[in-house]
Amino acid sequence: MAVLVIADVHGNSIDDSTHKTVTAAQAIGGDVDILIAGDGADDAAAAAAKISGVRKVLHADDPSYAHRLAEPLADLIVKVAADYDAILKTAATTGKNVMPRVAALLDVMQISEIVSVEGPDTFVRPIYAGNAMQTIKSNDAKKVITVRATSFAAAEEGGNATIEKIDAAGDPGISSFVGEELTKSDRPELTGAKIVISGGRALASYENFEKYIFPIADKLGAAVGASRAAVDAGYVPNDYQVGQTGKVVAPELYIAVGISGAIQHLAGMKDSKVIVAINKDEEAPIFQVADYGLVADLFKALPELEEALG
Amino acid sequence: MKVLVPVKRVIDYNVKVRVKSDESGVDLANVKMSMNPFDEIAVEEAIRMKEAGTVTEIVAVSIGPEKAQDQIRQALAMGADRGLLIKTDENVEPLSVAKLLKAVVDEEKPELVILGKQAIDDDSNQTGQMLAALLGWPQGTFASKVEKDGDKLNVTREIDGGLQTIAINMPAIVTTDLRLNEPRYASLPNIMKAKKKPLDVKEIGDYDVDVTPRLETVKVTEPPKRKAGAKVESVAELVDKLKNEAGVI
Ligand SMILES: Cc1cc2nc3c(=O)[nH]c(=O)nc-3n(C[C@H](O)[C@H](O)[C@H](O)COP(=O)(O)OP(=O)(O)OC[C@H]3O[C@@H](n4cnc5c(N)ncnc54)[C@H](O)[C@@H]3O)c2cc1C
Repeated sequence: MAVLVIADVHGNSIDDSTHKTVTAAQAIGGDVDILIAGDGADDAAAAAAKISGVRKVLHADDPSYAHRLAEPLADLIVKVAADYDAILKTAATTGKNVMPRVAALLDVMQISEIVSVEGPDTFVRPIYAGNAMQTIKSNDAKKVITVRATSFAAAEEGGNATIEKIDAAGDPGISSFVGEELTKSDRPELTGAKIVISGGRALASYENFEKYIFPIADKLGAAVGASRAAVDAGYVPNDYQVGQTGKVVAPELYIAVGISGAIQHLAGMKDSKVIVAINKDEEAPIFQVADYGLVADLFKALPELEEALG
Repeated sequence: MKVLVPVKRVIDYNVKVRVKSDESGVDLANVKMSMNPFDEIAVEEAIRMKEAGTVTEIVAVSIGPEKAQDQIRQALAMGADRGLLIKTDENVEPLSVAKLLKAVVDEEKPELVILGKQAIDDDSNQTGQMLAALLGWPQGTFASKVEKDGDKLNVTREIDGGLQTIAINMPAIVTTDLRLNEPRYASLPNIMKAKKKPLDVKEIGDYDVDVTPRLETVKVTEPPKRKAGAKVESVAELVDKLKNEAGVI
């Protein structure tokens, strides 16, 4: 049995989430290989080879993989799929975009966003915004799976896998990259951060995020998140959204500020170890999941918190 | 050009589901059902393209129970032109939905299919990408902006790091994200008018598609429950608890 993990390659490095998806692959069993598809991604391939327990790294280098476009990437994965019983990728936006395309090309029903491996063909995944957990058994000979990275521990470093260069699969030429507008931030990446502080509709503007949320994030070394309402209103960029249809986080500490606690938001943060809620409405549903609740006006409480953190 | 917009009947987003005690699934009896919110955004986008003159006809299609006619009628009331229901009481997996939609595309020959990025019941996020694969079309997923540019579409996508814009050839698949638009409410006169718009009803058996499920539900259980903790009286108490009780800062 052999399992292939498709790494999340950005430029010449791999995302930390790749280590977590490797752990999920190891739970399925058999040899674990990693596919690196990139454009000038030798360092990414070398980094993947250092993940403990990996047998082999397949490395395809071609300009068509520079921007993770679904069409060429799916064709490459399908080309190498014959040797594998299961193909896994982190359920981040690239995995969500590419893997269902791979599954359909292989005539397989994808298993989305697993949080646990119960056996080589049995998995658990959240449904209905995490209000129910579904255990499913796949009858497909080959499994195509996306993995919720926050549910798996990262595989250790210390491996020494061989790197095998493979040919690109060609670009079907039906899609092309135009541009990117990436959020710049020196703060930790949201899904991997140990502490997350999120703001909701109550923040009322970007300026208030800047004045009240960011200084606390910087003191705590935290990532900043937001509710859908704050993103829709344009206070912060789309990739700050935590929830059912945004990012899923599970930090050591999650601080929800001026967020009511809609089920769609809870779906993205209720696996956090410690949850703090600051809300002026003592009836707000967020308090039902909070370990520590502070009923207060955020515009008074946050400056105090900033000061107390020294 | 013609646009196809698939719509799914799902549990309303405001309803908190309950897991059945026999662990066979969730309790959907007497629960409010609605159009999947992402599909409303898809319908709205198609209508805006029609209003802008780039689209001539909008066909709304649903695969689901008899009652899914309600969701098709809603799409018609918002501004779609025709409806098609492929009737089934079975749970049809995304791969099979994509195969049925491919059969509809082969018949209808739209140049664009706009789908919701995910249905809020099974949270799979698959159907649009699968349909693109089966048709050999490009896919502009998680779209927050769609612009027609000659014979191409420029699609701005919500990705983990921010936004990515790609150009895709037509015919194409687009899946919607939350920021694409704000769907309109259907007015009463339009709801009345929608009752007269054509709505075809077919059976899965009318299509030559194997919809045998590939996945078996072993059980559906409650997620681990979190208990509400304590209220703190002040910021000072909060910081003290986080330092000395929880040890997280
Ligand atoms: C298809 C779909 C997908 C969705 N996906 C997501 C998702 O992924 N993530 C997500 O977050 N939401 C999502 N939502 C939206 C969700 O249903 C809620 O609308 C949203 O989470 C509400 O955001 P909020 O808590 O910031 O705003 P509100 O619900 O308006 O809450 C604001 C809170 O701030 C408090 N407040 C106001 N002023 C102050 C003050 N001065 N000090 C302290 N507290 C104050 C209020 O008491 C209130 O509790 C989705 C909805 C749909 C339909």
